[in-house]
Amino acid sequence: MIVEVTDSSFDEVVLASSRPVVVDYRAQWCLPCRLVEPVLAELDEELAGRARFVQVDCDLNPGLVARFGILTMPTIQLWRDGELAGVVFGARPKGALREEILTALL
Amino acid sequence: MSEQSSTIRDLVIVGSGPAGYTAAVYAARAGLAPVVVAGSVTAGGALMNTTEVENFPGFPAGIQGPDLMEAMREQAEKFGAEVVWDDATQLQLDGPVKTVVTGGGETYLARAVILATGSAYRELGLPDEKRLSGRGVSWCATCDGFFFRDQELLVVGGGDSAVEEATFLTRFASKVTLVHRRGELRASKIMAERAASDPKIAFAWNSEVVAIHGTEKVTSVTLRDTVTGAERDVAAGGIFVAIGHVPRTELVRGQVDLDANGYIEVIGRSTATTLAGVFACGDAVDHTYRQAITAAGSGCSAALDAQHYLAGLLDEVVDPEPPTETLVPAS
Repeated sequence: MIVEVTDSSFDEVVLASSRPVVVDYRAQWCLPCRLVEPVLAELDEELAGRARFVQVDCDLNPGLVARFGILTMPTIQLWRDGELAGVVFGARPKGALREEILTALL
Repeated sequence: MSEQSSTIRDLVIVGSGPAGYTAAVYAARAGLAPVVVAGSVTAGGALMNTTEVENFPGFPAGIQGPDLMEAMREQAEKFGAEVVWDDATQLQLDGPVKTVVTGGGETYLARAVILATGSAYRELGLPDEKRLSGRGVSWCATCDGFFFRDQELLVVGGGDSAVEEATFLTRFASKVTLVHRRGELRASKIMAERAASDPKIAFAWNSEVVAIHGTEKVTSVTLRDTVTGAERDVAAGGIFVAIGHVPRTELVRGQVDLDANGYIEVIGRSTATTLAGVFACGDAVDHTYRQAITAAGSGCSAALDAQHYLAGLLDEVVDPEPPTETLVPAS
């Protein structure tokens, strides 16, 4: 299941996670974000707990947007042991996303 | 061999915009049980990134792009089309049986294929464009404009979509400069007038972008005067590119004939490509009209052409009459 993280929960949920974390920066009104969401949900299921999938609503979390200088949606960050291991910009095909996630995180 | 790979179907449709789905509606209704390889994130095509569609006939109040595509998909599935949410990654189109392989590793065999792969945003082709894409270089004002509050932005292009992007960006930006290679806009008169009278929109006429600068994010660009050749740097927090589209035809390059710009060549007024049993429709073919309704129309033609081709293969008599519009009387 993809859970929401916020300005206040990010450090605990993402940085302190023992598992790799995929963070999807999105907004309710962002159309390409809607295309990539079901793909991330499928990859979440496929990877069966090997990585954690979370999302950030950019409208509600200006702190994270400023902290990481988010300039496009969707932006997908790949975190491992509190370190940023990769970033994917825009709605990419499932195969490409899987590849990026596997290479950076697993 | 999986079940997919051993079955030879009548028709596989690659792509799922208005062209692909309309082809699927017609082909399914004709009993061809088509498989639509819809794409993992590109399913629905360009209209999935369009909010209000005001000019699709039959929707006087307008309809949201994603809603229209959802309705087309539902209509295709109702008649027996099978929609596969994956990307075609490999096509083998010559010979009587064609092969379509997906990213997930499924293989589909079919006697006929309809290519409805659409188009993608055209890039500037500059060395730093890719590096800074997502870091200030954008193709989607409605997605990204939000992040550029009170900044000075550039929009590259001179057509309707460039003007639309610029106008949208004035909601956030302190100033938007439209950069155009020529001395006047290509956009429709109403759009051009709207831009000209907008106090937040400025114009860089006869200018092209030759370099984008910035380490972490875009900070400035270099413009070249297309008349004098003089170059100047302009500060910009973001650059939005709206210089048209390129057909998504890389998968079929070398198999069917493409024109000089990469669009699929079709024979006469038909949708037949240079390979027997392979048909093409929508933005992958059309560099002129590029509308949802024209794409849908050509998708219909492709389905009828494929149907006739398959009937010929089966040695049946082909009825050249188009199908009747309604078979089921209204209750």
